[in-house]
This record gives sequence, C-alpha cells and structure tokens, in this order.
Amino acid sequence: MSTGVEGETNGHALKSTRHTEITKLDRVVIRFAGDSGDGMQLTGDRFTSEAAAFGNDLATLPNFPAEIRAPQGTLPGVSSFQLHFADYDILTPGDRPDVLVAMNPAALKANIGDLPPGGTLIVNTDEFNKRNLQKVGYDTDPLQDDSLDSYQVHKVAMATITRSALEETGLSKKDAERAKNMFALGLLSWMYHRPTEGTEQFLREKFAKKPDIAEANILAFRAGWNYGETTESFATTYHVAPAKLNPGTYRQITGNTALAYGIVAAGQRSGLEVVLGTYPITPASDILHELSRHKNFGVTTIQAEDEIAGIGMALGASYGGALGVTSTSGPGIALKSETIGLGVMTELPLVVIDVQRGGPSTGLPTKTEQADLLQAMYGRNGESPVPIIAPQSPADCFDAAVDAARIALEYRTPVLLLSDGAIANGSEPWLIPDVETLPDLRVTFATKPNATDGSDEHWPYVRDPETLAREWAVPGTPGLQHRIGGLEKQDGKGSISYDPANHDHMVRLRQAKIDGIKVPDLEVDDPSGKARVLVLGWGSSFGPIGAACRRVRKLGLAIAQTHLRHLNPFPANLGDVLRSYDRVVIPEMNLGQLAMLIRAKFLVDAISYTKVAGLPFKAEELQGVFTDVVKGVPA
Amino acid sequence: MTAIDLGLPGLAGIPTTDEKQTAKDYKSDQEVRWCPGCGDYIVLNAVQAFMPTLGLKRENIVFVSGIGCSSRFPYYMNTYGIHSIHGRAPAIATGLAVARPDLSVWVVTGDGDALSIGGNHLIHALRRNVNLKILLFNNRIYGLTKGQYSPTSETGKITKSTPMGSLDHPFNPISLALGAEATFVGRALDSDRKGLTEVLQAAAQHRGSALVEIYQNCPIFNDGAFDVLKDPEEKERRLIPLRQGEPVRFGPDGDYGLVRSGFGGLEIAKVSEAGEENLVVHDPTIDDPTYSFALSRIGGEDLSHTVTGIFRNVQRATYDDLARDQITTAKAAKPADLQSLLRGRDTWTVE
Ligand SMILES: Cc1ncc(C[n+]2csc(CCOP(=O)(O)OP(=O)(O)O)c2C)c(N)n1
Ligand code: SF4
Ligand SMILES: [Mg+2]
Repeated sequence: MSTGVEGETNGHALKSTRHTEITKLDRVVIRFAGDSGDGMQLTGDRFTSEAAAFGNDLATLPNFPAEIRAPQGTLPGVSSFQLHFADYDILTPGDRPDVLVAMNPAALKANIGDLPPGGTLIVNTDEFNKRNLQKVGYDTDPLQDDSLDSYQVHKVAMATITRSALEETGLSKKDAERAKNMFALGLLSWMYHRPTEGTEQFLREKFAKKPDIAEANILAFRAGWNYGETTESFATTYHVAPAKLNPGTYRQITGNTALAYGIVAAGQRSGLEVVLGTYPITPASDILHELSRHKNFGVTTIQAEDEIAGIGMALGASYGGALGVTSTSGPGIALKSETIGLGVMTELPLVVIDVQRGGPSTGLPTKTEQADLLQAMYGRNGESPVPIIAPQSPADCFDAAVDAARIALEYRTPVLLLSDGAIANGSEPWLIPDVETLPDLRVTFATKPNATDGSDEHWPYVRDPETLAREWAVPGTPGLQHRIGGLEKQDGKGSISYDPANHDHMVRLRQAKIDGIKVPDLEVDDPSGKARVLVLGWGSSFGPIGAACRRVRKLGLAIAQTHLRHLNPFPANLGDVLRSYDRVVIPEMNLGQLAMLIRAKFLVDAISYTKVAGLPFKAEELQGVFTDVVKGVPA
Repeated sequence: MTAIDLGLPGLAGIPTTDEKQTAKDYKSDQEVRWCPGCGDYIVLNAVQAFMPTLGLKRENIVFVSGIGCSSRFPYYMNTYGIHSIHGRAPAIATGLAVARPDLSVWVVTGDGDALSIGGNHLIHALRRNVNLKILLFNNRIYGLTKGQYSPTSETGKITKSTPMGSLDHPFNPISLALGAEATFVGRALDSDRKGLTEVLQAAAQHRGSALVEIYQNCPIFNDGAFDVLKDPEEKERRLIPLRQGEPVRFGPDGDYGLVRSGFGGLEIAKVSEAGEENLVVHDPTIDDPTYSFALSRIGGEDLSHTVTGIFRNVQRATYDDLARDQITTAKAAKPADLQSLLRGRDTWTVE
C-alpha cells in the first residue's frame, strides 16, 4: 500500500529530550493484559527482549486462555503477560504487578485484584463502552466512579490515538486500531527508558512480506513513545539499571526453546541422528515446532498419528541406533506408558518429555501443574523403573535435556523429563554455554559377539558391570543378529524366559540399574549455616521457593533450601540432608506427590504444602508458610 | 521439488552379498512354539526359503512384530528382530525405516494386531508409504488369547466371547489398505507356497509400503477357515488368481472371468456369454485405485470367491526417502553450527 511511509520510519533511534523526574528502581513487574486478540503475548515478548537487550535480569509468565479465540471482550478471553525485570538476579516473574496495562474492561476486571494499592494502572479508555462493561458485569464504569482511587490511573485513548497516527497510511480503521498494542509498548518503553531499535527491527522482519503492516506497527509504537514524551500526563520515568549477572554472553530463552536446543546439542555431542516422534499437544507443541526447524543438525521430526505412534517411532529409531525422543504433556504420557514399558524391557535409550499441565484428563491445557510425578514414577504395569529429571527454570531446560540424553544413552533406558507449563512458556536470560564444555555423549555400538559361554553368538542382555547397561547392537552389524522384545528375557542370553527365579532376578536387575545411575549430590543453600528448617522442592517451583527463602532471611530468620533435579534416582546424600534438619517443608503444585515419596523412602515426617491453582506459587505466600514453620520450631 | 527418483528399486541402499544363502541360514536357534499344524509354520518356511533369493546381507534385514501367535515370527528368523507390543509394530518399524535406509524392514502382524488395536498405525503407515513390507497373518480369530472373534471374523461367528454370534461386520483388509492409499496390496494363501513367494518377491522389490494379506489356518481356534479355498474341487470354482497382463479368468476350465460393470465395478461372468475379448486384463500398476478396489470387492466374507495375487502395485515417493531428502537438503543449505544456534541473534554481554 503506502510504501512512501516506509522511508519515513527508517533508521533513527528514539531519543528523549523531555525533562522528567527519573526514579531509580531495582526491580519492576509489569503486566500487559488484554483480549486474546489484542496481541498481549507479542507485546510482552517484545518488552522482554528490550529488557534483555538492556541487560536486566528478567523472568516472564505468559497466561492465556485455552481457546484460540474466546468470545471477544469476555473474562475467559483475557490474555496476559507478566514480566519482572531487575538490576539483580531475580528468581520469579513476580507475585504482583507494579504496573498493569489493561486494554479493555475484561482485562481490568480479571487483573485489578492483583495490583497492590498505589500501583500504576494504564487503561485503554476506548474499549470502556456500555456494552463491554456489561459483558463483564460492571454496572458502572470503573473509570468514572471511585473504585480505582487507590491506584495511580493513567487513562489513555490508545485506539483513537493509534488510529489518528496511522491516518495517512491508508489502512482501514480496523487494521489501524489493531496496532494499539504497539502503542502500549511504545509508551511503556518510554517510561522505562528502554532501547527501541530492536523492536523496530523486529517488526520490519516479522512483517517483511507486508511492509505496510510493519510500518503501521512501527508508527503506532512511536506514537506510544511520543505520547509519553510530549503529553504531560506522565511526570516520572523509571530507570532499572542492568543486572550484575555472572560475566558472559546472554540471551533470552523460553523453556521449550531451551529444551529443543538441549536435544539438538545432545544429538551433536553424541554424534547420533535425532528422531523426534510426537503428536501436537499444549504446552509441548513448541518443542516439535522448534526441532522441525533444525534438520541441518540431523534432526528428523515426525508428526505421528497419535502419541503411541510418536513414541513407537522414537523407540524404533533408537533400536536403529539414533537418539529417539518423544514430547508430550500428561494426557500423552498416559498413552505412551505401554511403550515406555517396552523401552524399559528392551533397554533402549529414549528421551520422553512431559511438559506438565493441569489435570486430570484434558484439565487445564494452558495452565501449569506438577501432578505427573507419580505417573512418571509408577504409571506403568509391572516393576518398570525409569529415571526422572526435572528442570528448575526456563534456561535450565537446556541442561536438563542434555542430562536426560546422557542418562538414556549411557544406561540404555527411557528417561522421563518433567517440565511444566510455567517454565515451558516463561523466559529468562541464559548464559550461553560454550559448546566445547558440554558433556561428551559419544556412544559405542557393539561390534563383536559377546556370549559368555565362549560361542560366537551375540547375547543382547550381557551387561556392563559398572553401569549395568546392556550392549547396543544395532541392525546392520554383521554377526550380531539377535531378537529382543517385551517378553521377559533370560539374563545374559536374552532368550524368552518364563523361569520364576530368572524373572525375580531380572526385575531386581532392572531396578538396580536405575538405582545405580550416578547423579550429583544435593547442595543446600543456607547462608547462615544455622537453619533448622529445610525447604525441599523440585521442578519449576525453584524460583518462588528461592525468592520466598530470601524474604524469610531478610526478616532475620534462618532457612535452608535445596532443590531436586533428579527425582529418580534421588541424590545419594538426600537422606542425610533431610535428617539434618528439624523440619522439612515440601511445597508442590500437586497434592503432595514428592512428599509421599520422601516419607515412604526416608521415613521423614515432611510438611507438605500444596496448591493446584494452575499458576506458579507466589513468593509472598510461601514466605508466610516458611515463616510459620521456622517460628514453630521449639527452641 | 524432490530429488527422489520414483523408480528407485525396492531394495536400493540395502547392502547385498554374493555369499550363497540357504533357508537354513535364516533359521534361528529358537524352538518354534506354534501349535502343531498351525499355518504360521508354512508361512515361516516359505519366508525362510524366499529370503535367500533377495541376496541381501542377513544383518540388514529386520523383522518387527506386534503381539499375537503370528507375532512370534521374528524369534524364529536369524535376522535382527523386535517383538514389540500389541498393534504398534507399524509405528516402531516406521521409526526404524526413517532412521536406517540400509535396512530391509518387515512387519509381521495378525488380524487383531493390525486391524483392531493397531488399525490406526496400519492405515497411517500405508498412507505415508513408508518402506515397510507388512505381512498380515489373517486367521480370522484371536489365536493367542484363545479364540475370541476378530475384526475379520464373519458376522454371526460363535466364539468364546460371542456365544450368540458376533454382531460386527468384518473388515476386508485389502479394501481397507486401498482406502488407506496403499501403493502395494497383495493376498496369498498359506498353503500356496508358489503364489505366496511370488507376492513376497514383488513386495520386496516394491519401494514403499507393501501389505500382503496371508490367509492362515488356526487349527485350534478356527480350523478349516479357508478349507474351501484348499479343497481341490472347491478351490477351482472359488479362487481367482491375478496375473499381470493376462485376462482375469478362473473356474474348472477357465469358464469364468471378470468383466466391467456399473460404476467402475467388476463382476463375474461366464466367458461364453460375456465374450473373451471383454474380460479385464489385469494391470496392478493402474494409478486409479478404483480398479484394485473393485477387485477387492469380488467375493465376500463367505469366501464364495477369493481373488489372490497382486491387486495394486504403483509408485509413489516414500515417507522415509522424503524425510531423509529434507535432511540432506537442510544440511547442504546450512552448516550444523551448534554454537551459533545457541547464541541466536539478540545477545548481550555482562563484563
Ligand atoms: C495392550 C494389549 N491388549 C491385549 C493383549 C492381549 N492380546 C494378545 S494377542 C491378542 C490378539 C491377537 O490376535 P491376532 O492379532 O489376530 O493374532 P493371532 O494370535 O491370531 O496370530 C490380544 C487381544 C495384549 N497383549 N496387549
Ligand atoms: S492358536 Fe492357532 S494361530 Fe496360534 S499357534 Fe495355535 S494354531 Fe497357530
Ligand atoms: Mg488372528
């Protein structure tokens, strides 16, 4: 359309000349909230990239409905993105926003309860008409009555201003208004002195095929920025200095991307082709999307007909000497369990990724939960032990994936990797690793007959005495023809065996192999060295637990924290660690699944604190729980 | 555009050997444990005798099976083999075939394994045209679980689980495979070594999925299910053998044949009435599946007539070839630079 506009927006970065009062802050939490069609996730993502480019530490929490297009303007249709950025290392996306951007009445209603008194509220007034207010049950316009008096409210007609800023582009009214999320982003970018070049560059590339839309978005972004700069409604701007993180080069990354990269890295470090067999499911699909783009690394992705086929294909590929991987969420694990059992019996490497979501059944597809632990641990017929690994943050998904592949390859076993919705979609800075320092995952395939009776046969179940792993003899190797399968195997030789003593022996052997997997000892964080209460967590609750412990310590109380990456086998020192404290608290987003394992295995009377609200724990809430426990320990 | 030559031979890429092989080389040391008289023995012998004719290295042959009597098959073959779980062999074999272009991958499955619990995997493997040879042992019964009716059992069948007769209409596996876009579909009788070997031979040479339905007798739970096709007199009246390039003709003195009818269908006619020149000349390479489908509809669950031989044999790019082709293309276009992937584009440095 209007290519003339294109030249206009090229090049120059936005520089403020207005004198505002600059307040220095060490951290800020901003929440963008709007209708699911308003582009709040994109807006949040961009602000995150700006914060990252500026060098802040950050953590994000996207929160969106399961419906692709819930009815417009309704409460179920609200989508939000929360971003916490700071000049020090932070652990969570923040409990409550300091600033709430509400694009319509539904977004206001759904989120205002989280804004503490005195918080900043920026509202798009254009959507506050009678119909929209009624849709969400506002009898009177909250912008007109006194219900928002305790906040610093900025009323901005975002759609109107955006429209007039785009008047000359020739875009329709509707299309022009669509860019109002970029207006909001521009305004916030001005308020927080964010670099703007990245966003403009991003928009040009994102809409490379539709230059007029790219330019419209850039104009809207600038209109928002200029609105802050030229109107007098905002007297203060804020400065959050770059964070003093460990030296190195960083990027921002989400959990699912980090997980996919970990798989690519595992393929490269093992020298094996990777075959991902999978079936789309929220919140795991992005792993498939990401991996499907990296075929140049020898990664084949197969979108199978269902989850059972997905894991079957992965296992078939592993049997052929590739690194087989399958990815899903809880409902998919239910379908895969029989094949996981086959992997346990045939002792083939396999990485099984479960990005947990709210359950049971279809549950809460877009919300987070940690309730698949016992499913991973025991959700199969027979004694069917598998190692379990859980990443603790978005960036940690990379290391967890590499670690899962390491164990799968070294011990020839399916490995369950338990991520969850919160870290899958959340993002944080990632200290980019030097690939040379990643573990060496090279494997040796069997090449020679190994029968222990002196014959020239290959016995598939002869084991490495150290790891108890059996040899990986892939088809195509001359002289090693053999048959494996799901029926019980004679120890060593691997023929079908129904012998009672052999079965008892093999069940214990498979268990011993998993129990013997080497995992690092737990480290305990207790700066005072005097704590009598230990908090034990696993998976994505690391952030809120850590933030809560910091708060407790700020109150002058001592508390120790430790976090499990390996849930099966447990670290060897876990029992000793647990027994050196008077109280152990285990917070989990389920009804106490880890607590049950800990109590059963160590006879420790752990205090289980649980919540299954579909959202991560809040640091404030855990602070209260921990403080009560610490204060309750008799002197 | 794909670099795959549609005419790639079925066994391209699989290492061959000049070493002389015999059926004995394909027998494993495992004691065969089927019931005496089971049709599975005959098929096993036929396959062991046929394998050497392929001239492949034994270590590059893999048999993948599900669960059922027939699925014990891999244990008895001195090749690589995996006896997997009920119904899932096509999926497991797909992963293997995608990962390993140098293997000849065979799936062994039963009527319950392939068409009941594993129906979904079977149709999708056929649709994708993965380089797999699927041997479907159809005994019209669940053997391993001791005699329940199966998805190919005739309606009204009295079995342990259906004392008043089964209610469901059976699948016609050939029609099903054709409906699932299969590129190669054949049928043979366990007792007909020559016919079976011919179909297996053509299946092996076919690049893509090949489904071979084998009528197999289960003397314990469904004895004589195919006797009418084996009895010297009945057999001539009922069996309609297909031979490429020849008119489809059968009956004691070749009195009967197939002629076109209705909406692209086929019907049985007396040659004397229809005229020899009006018999259809068999061509399994016709791209339009209508013809093969019409062939598959001749006869019925009562086996009044049964067509045997190769129903369809057409060329279509295979999933595994195409998948590898994408990998090759991607590798040529972009080096596998892990460090640069991890770095991405937007980075910042903390001193
Ligand atoms: C998940 C699962 N469900 C059920 C079974 C029990 N089962 C084993 S084989 C079979 C049917 C086999 O019938 P078919 O495929 O026709 O093979 P046949 O024994 O007739 O050769 C059943 C139901 C099983 N092994 N696994
Ligand atoms: S039950 Fe039937 S199919 Fe199974 S081995 Fe015996 S005869 Fe063969
Ligand atoms: Mg059967």
